[in-house]
Amino acid sequence: MSETEENEQQETGTLPLDAWHRGKGARMVEFAGYWMPIQYNKETGGGIVAEHDWTRSNAGLFDVSHMGQLMVTGEKAAEELEKLLPGAIATLKPGRVRYSLLLNDEGGILDDLMVTNATPWIEGDEDAGTEGHWGEPAYYIVVNGAMKWDDIAHLREHLDDDVTLTHMDDYALVALQGPNAATALNRIMRGVPEQLVFMQSLEHDFGEWPLRITRAGYTGEDGFEISVPAEFAESLCDRLCAEIEVRPAGLGARDSLRLEAGLPLYGHDMTDTVDPVSADLAFALTKKRRETGGWMGFEAVKTLMESGPKERRVGLALEGRLPAREGAEIYAGDDKVGRVTSGGFSPTLGHPIAMGYVDVAHADAGTDLEIMVRNKRLAAKVVTLPFVSHNYYRGS
Amino acid sequence: MARYFTEEHEWIDVEGDSATVGITDYAQNQLGDIVFVELPEVGSVIDKGKDAAVVESVKAASDVYAPISGEVMESNEALEEDPALVNTSPEETGWFFKMTIGDKSELEGLMDAKAYKSFCDSL
Repeated sequence: MSETEENEQQETGTLPLDAWHRGKGARMVEFAGYWMPIQYNKETGGGIVAEHDWTRSNAGLFDVSHMGQLMVTGEKAAEELEKLLPGAIATLKPGRVRYSLLLNDEGGILDDLMVTNATPWIEGDEDAGTEGHWGEPAYYIVVNGAMKWDDIAHLREHLDDDVTLTHMDDYALVALQGPNAATALNRIMRGVPEQLVFMQSLEHDFGEWPLRITRAGYTGEDGFEISVPAEFAESLCDRLCAEIEVRPAGLGARDSLRLEAGLPLYGHDMTDTVDPVSADLAFALTKKRRETGGWMGFEAVKTLMESGPKERRVGLALEGRLPAREGAEIYAGDDKVGRVTSGGFSPTLGHPIAMGYVDVAHADAGTDLEIMVRNKRLAAKVVTLPFVSHNYYRGS
Repeated sequence: MARYFTEEHEWIDVEGDSATVGITDYAQNQLGDIVFVELPEVGSVIDKGKDAAVVESVKAASDVYAPISGEVMESNEALEEDPALVNTSPEETGWFFKMTIGDKSELEGLMDAKAYKSFCDSL
């Protein structure tokens, strides 16, 4: 009997804004199965560092349409999601957003995600004598691009048949990030930014464009993620980039910004063999649900929380200018005590930074360690994350 | 003085028995913002086609290969202070190192400016 090899080369996909990026002189690379802009043309103010700095001082516009946008609906949606997510979903109010994780039975992280209670408010009708009320429960979930197919399979396998999972693959997703994001957005959609603080979301019809706008992001800056039907994505980006504060920014800047913000990247800083306690993501496990359990991976994570993890994700600030990359070994004297999971040069700080996993005995802030790069030992210090302070808008 | 180019996007200026090596404008543009350059030690012997230097950009580390074999005579100390010189002046002040020419025949397979330009256009 012969086995069929499932080794077919998947063709790289194109996303709704593909032509828009190319028109702006973007350098396109294959990422998560799609052509994505890594950076824009130098002649028009692009380049990773320029886009990074612009986002920290003004507003960068990132295309993140590779990410999976899912909608889970049904009367039992919250209850069903709570079987898979370690966060409280049932008590998440409409319009609120929570960071959460998908875990396997061993407590390993299958993916990280953002979940929004997107339950619609149905207006009352005086003539008909009906009062306003909440519609069918709906949860909008954004997952990593590279993991979305696995996530969808996982959700379909474990969610009850009474709930419906929709993959919103006819939607684009863009992120407007930076201290001037709210100013720029408010000039286009007056009054919208002030209705949201960090980790809140709303539906907004802008003319004929039905948008979902969420005040969140992956840069450490204030900003918005805007979900838009694919057919309107180019027009929306043109409209946003017409504002003086807004310039397009690519994947390169997105990576250096999220690293400075201390935000882990799935597939690098967390994997299915890493648990949320070691990954320093215990905040994603809602306190009450840590006690009550009832979610996949609970037993394994509970044991870990009681015994304490062996290693922990930490931030590392390096001396000199030579960056340590993913895979570099971390030493305390002669002992190997950890490994770098992502690293690079911080444009904001002007020195290399890294995240990695270090034995808990050496993971306290202030600990001096060394990182091996090409047979050289680079001095590094464990520092508290984030490297660059978050600038989220939590209300005036 | 003659300038040659490699398919790995290095340039090499030949003057008598010695040569100056750097990376081309095309290469720096591909690499993006350069934050660190690791140069070979003075006195070390490098072999044609083997690792000679490492360029670290914000996004990745890239090897620079020796265009010919020889001994390193001098490295550009200005790059320690200001690695971005490779971005702003790749083919002049952003040079990497000077070396002896071990075997002149190794120059024969290299491209001249015109050939290199059409090579880049074909990429």
